[in-house]
Amino acid sequence: MPPRRRVNHDGWLGTVRSVITLLGFLLLYAPLAVVILYSVFVKVGAAPRFWSFQGYQKVFENPDIVAAISRSLEIGVMTALIATPVGTLFSLGFVRNEFRFKGVMNALLSLPLLLPELLLGLALLLWFVMLKVTLGVWSITLAHVTFSVSYVVLTVRARLEGLDRQLEEAARDLGANRLQCLLKVTLPLLMPAIVAGALIAFTLSFDDFLVTFFTSGVGSDTLPLKLYSMVRYQPEAEVNALSTLTLLVTASLALAVNLVSGLKRR
Amino acid sequence: MEQISRKPPLSTLPLLLWLVFFLVVPCCLVLLLSFFRRGVYGGVVYDFTFDNYLRAFDFLYLRVAFNSVVMALVTAVSCAVIGFPMAYVMAVASKKVRAWLLLLVVIPFWTNFVVRAHAVKSILSDSGPINQVWEFCMGLLGSAVTPLYLGDSLLSLWVGMVSTYLPFMVIPIYVVLEKFDFQLLEAARDLGAKPLDVLLRILLPLGASGIRTGFIFVFTPALGEFVIPDMLGGSKILMIGNVISDQFLKTRDWPFGSTIALILIVAVLFSGYLFRKSGVMNATA
Repeated sequence: MPPRRRVNHDGWLGTVRSVITLLGFLLLYAPLAVVILYSVFVKVGAAPRFWSFQGYQKVFENPDIVAAISRSLEIGVMTALIATPVGTLFSLGFVRNEFRFKGVMNALLSLPLLLPELLLGLALLLWFVMLKVTLGVWSITLAHVTFSVSYVVLTVRARLEGLDRQLEEAARDLGANRLQCLLKVTLPLLMPAIVAGALIAFTLSFDDFLVTFFTSGVGSDTLPLKLYSMVRYQPEAEVNALSTLTLLVTASLALAVNLVSGLKRR
Repeated sequence: MEQISRKPPLSTLPLLLWLVFFLVVPCCLVLLLSFFRRGVYGGVVYDFTFDNYLRAFDFLYLRVAFNSVVMALVTAVSCAVIGFPMAYVMAVASKKVRAWLLLLVVIPFWTNFVVRAHAVKSILSDSGPINQVWEFCMGLLGSAVTPLYLGDSLLSLWVGMVSTYLPFMVIPIYVVLEKFDFQLLEAARDLGAKPLDVLLRILLPLGASGIRTGFIFVFTPALGEFVIPDMLGGSKILMIGNVISDQFLKTRDWPFGSTIALILIVAVLFSGYLFRKSGVMNATA
């Protein structure tokens, strides 16, 4: 039986609860709605706002912005391409075997989740400078893999632990060798989690500001960094248009992750 | 088919090496650097000293640290006050509504915080919708039209921080509350519990572990936050994160920057530990 609604149960407390909940969702969405709205209702000078796509047009006419967008996409794809196999491989070995240092490994793995991004960013900056790695697309990618790989492991490991092992054992009994079993049984079953992990890695990379801020060096701004500098100096219409585009990308990625991991439960 | 071996399997090796090389070693480097000093032209001079630590406790930096702590505390408490009712509403909603509400909370979780800060700036700015409605009303009343000046204020900083970190609070509380059998509340009511009793003696203690987790999730990153205060506080309030990033990117005093960063981490870990130990939540709940 679904729990009954108790709006009428709680008197003034229920009212307070509804008001606060509404306020919470307003805080989350009202500012975003305004940006989306203002991206097509443009203000130029002192004239009232008018309907126009000039913000979007200017975004795509500006080679710096286009370069930042493609750089962000490139770094995101590379991050996903490195983090996903490394994380999946790790999960396979980690879940299916008993060995020493499992606890230590777990702690090490949760470190990127707990460590403030600020520290990770500056630690990597020091390390890259010391190793004389040129700061740019590659240093950013290395940094992004470091914090996103843990999320891949979390996603894949959860699915692997919930997997029916009898399926694999049946495959082995029927004469499949370990590799065949892995490729034809385990990996296909893991696919939703692997895809979700890859999407999460991409999104984290695409979205990241702080770690990139420290590891990017000069002249390799990603989209969030570009936006950060634009907010101060560029006309509002462009900033709003680019913000809306960023929002669309991340929201659709979040939806995709939700959809793919929804497959998991079925 | 799997044999129990004591050695970690080979497939775990790439990730382990990666984390050691790009996480453990860099963090150790920060620790090491904090005991050295800056050369005349930037760079690092390798002689052992505690000077950085002594300098970090200068009044100037203590005041900056105080700003950060206050901001992080206010953010975390506000998120708890707003997030708890939200999590409750989500937990008692029907399955279908619940999935949608969860998605609504998760999407902002993924939105870029530069975008979010800019959005908060636009909604509160002098040419933004709130101020326009205000000026319109003032005009109707026939009084002199003065803008509200909401942008670049403590209010806009608060809105920016809370709307960025709210999902980090709602989700852990929701996870805890969701497991609860809410029919027990009916029982409590039937036995004469008033709404306030239900809240204070059942729901809050129940959600306390979620609030505690959420508090750590919000407080930790909020303490190091400096981009949102930069964008929304009018760059008037210096945060500890500003000091750290300036030491690295502007002043180029890496040893001192490392020292403050380390002190920040230790403070975060320590307050998290104290928070868990002392049961502050139980006392205030």
